[in-house]
Amino acid sequence: MPASTAVEPTLGASPERSDRPRRPRRSHLQGSPLRPYAFLSPTLIVMLVLMAVPIVMVVWYSFQDSAVTVPSTEFVGFEKYQQVLSDGTFWKATSNTAIFAGVSVIAHFAIGIAFATLLNSELLSPAVRAVFRTVFILPWLFTVAVVAVLWRMLLNPNGIVNYLITTFGISDSSIEWLSSSATALPVVTFINIWCGYPFFMVSLLAGLQGIPKDLYEAARVDGAGPVHQFFHVTIPQLRPIILSMAILDFIWTTQQFALIWMTTGGGPVDTTEMLSTYTYKLAFSNYDFSAASASAVVVLLLSMILAILYVRQQKARD
Amino acid sequence: MSNGALGRRTVLAGMGAASAAGALAACGSSGGSGGDGKLEFQQWWEPELPEGFLRELMDEFEEANDGITVELLSGPYAATKEQLIAGAASRTMPDVLGLDGAWVNDLASQNALGDLDQLMSDASYDDADLAAKVEVDGATRMIPVVNFAYMLFANRTALGKAGIDALPTTREEFTAAAKAVVDSDPDVAGWVLPLSLEAPNGVQNDVMSWLWADGQSMLAEGKPALESDAVQGVLDYIVELDEQGLIAPGSATLKEQDKVEEFSSGRAAMIVDTVAHVNMFRTNSPDLDFQVAAMPTGADAAGTPGVTYGSWGIGVAEASENKEAAWKLVEFLMGEDVNARMATAANAFPGNSTAVPEAVKEDDVMKTAFDVWQSGTPVNEFVGLPVAEQLMREFAEQLQKTLEGSQSVDEALAAAQEAWTAEL
Repeated sequence: MPASTAVEPTLGASPERSDRPRRPRRSHLQGSPLRPYAFLSPTLIVMLVLMAVPIVMVVWYSFQDSAVTVPSTEFVGFEKYQQVLSDGTFWKATSNTAIFAGVSVIAHFAIGIAFATLLNSELLSPAVRAVFRTVFILPWLFTVAVVAVLWRMLLNPNGIVNYLITTFGISDSSIEWLSSSATALPVVTFINIWCGYPFFMVSLLAGLQGIPKDLYEAARVDGAGPVHQFFHVTIPQLRPIILSMAILDFIWTTQQFALIWMTTGGGPVDTTEMLSTYTYKLAFSNYDFSAASASAVVVLLLSMILAILYVRQQKARD
Repeated sequence: MSNGALGRRTVLAGMGAASAAGALAACGSSGGSGGDGKLEFQQWWEPELPEGFLRELMDEFEEANDGITVELLSGPYAATKEQLIAGAASRTMPDVLGLDGAWVNDLASQNALGDLDQLMSDASYDDADLAAKVEVDGATRMIPVVNFAYMLFANRTALGKAGIDALPTTREEFTAAAKAVVDSDPDVAGWVLPLSLEAPNGVQNDVMSWLWADGQSMLAEGKPALESDAVQGVLDYIVELDEQGLIAPGSATLKEQDKVEEFSSGRAAMIVDTVAHVNMFRTNSPDLDFQVAAMPTGADAAGTPGVTYGSWGIGVAEASENKEAAWKLVEFLMGEDVNARMATAANAFPGNSTAVPEAVKEDDVMKTAFDVWQSGTPVNEFVGLPVAEQLMREFAEQLQKTLEGSQSVDEALAAAQEAWTAEL
């Protein structure tokens, strides 16, 4: 007799019913090797429709001559990849994206760890920490559109930044921050740093609060000062979080589109052209959806390398 | 039957049903709204017109055409464009489409736009009153419903302070006026040149308008002719203005709305702008004293001056199952009375040449603008060109490089000519 049928009579249960051995309803899936998949099927279907199908379609488009725009398009193999990879603007966009994302991630970490350490410090009163926490997290609360408009206004040749630098004699004339080839990329990178560091800060703060106090006490007993404690206790303890955040942030930043589009449109010329804006222009300006798909697949492959690194890092952490 | 087999069948059946439902949902309808007399009309006009205006027109249309109802699908300009491009690919376009001339060639090449000549013929419609039609491959694909003329806007206060009484009519006078303004107040720019790559229509509205005002062309037999003396003259002139410090700084990222903002705030004395902004200037800057005039002409001016225009165009989807009803809606909007009311509401000029908007009877600025419009030839050579926006972007990039000093005008035009030749 299965163990599940040995049910003790419960208080209040009718004697007739309790006398009968209960036969549990047995699903026809019970014991089936497909049972786990049945439970997973809603998620699998959603992923199939929302992820697998679009990705497969984009890959398929990338092998066609005039996907989307022409009903009878032809299979052209890797021709569109050749077109994209031989385009100087693509490599310029790749280089810009690498600089933009690389500098952003490093700065996000540096600012994030500095502010997180400050917020975790017991030297500040809880009230002051609450104020700082609110102020530091503010940039994260703005949508990208608001951030773009805000900084466009601030950095306008007639904006407040130029007013301040000319008033205080830092520069004799206004600087065309976003319109000059010399400053556009550093400036959009700065804006991205400004609006992205709070995510790092919050994650690192959570990590800092999880570091056992006795590790610091042990370090102090061994004669370690604050700097040594930071590099030999704090950083090693935060290492898994830092690695995860850095990889995720790099992936997200390489996909940044709205901020670039709304501040510079990829210009002046191609100074701030990113892979995202380059792909968008191919699709919605050139109407070359096949080349745009090829570009998107290249970006997907690059992102997958980072995603694999992330997954491996997560596995090692577990 | 074993439990395992039954289970597998159930799971597979369930997944199959769900997949089929998903696939059906993804496919959507196959164009328009079906054949039940219900029309879908997608456009970006409704948010830009006075609240409720377009819906009221549709109610009038429904009342006059028993059995036809119109559902307005409204959104911003950019979203409308992207949805139409995507809809053309999936054959899920609405029946009636608001169109920009810059999209027509690309949508027509997707076989997404119906032949309006055929629809006019079927309905025995006389097109003599239509101010313009946009053709691709010999067939009309778009009819401009209202037109937004671009002309010179001048801040009379700023010009007056600089000792300039009359609006400039030639390039020399324009340079002199801009210089006088900047000399009298360094915080005010003479002119604004928006060259943002996000929305590169500054090339059409603010650069080529100089060329077209001279009656010149950027094309020769449908092919790019950017290295002509006339185009070179325009770029030389713009570079000259820039070298004299008469153009507002930040051109490379300025958009149309930035230009409008510079003018309405009094930081720029002159701009090239659409008459659609007249009311906005009055509402947002009641103290702004401005007037409009035809674009100043250069030494190459010949024939009737061209007046740059943009349009709210209309077309019918090739995939529509309600083409007859769709044409009735187009015909309704192009009627003399309705078209005049549309033009008045949009601060534009009518697509029906017999319609006269109310605004031009009452408003001095609009009357002047209408006179300029009627005395010139509407021109926009980007209308009907393939990848028109990309052509503008490529030209803008070369002009940006030139204004930065990294190449000459000759090099810019040669590079733009090469890029355009590859596209056209």
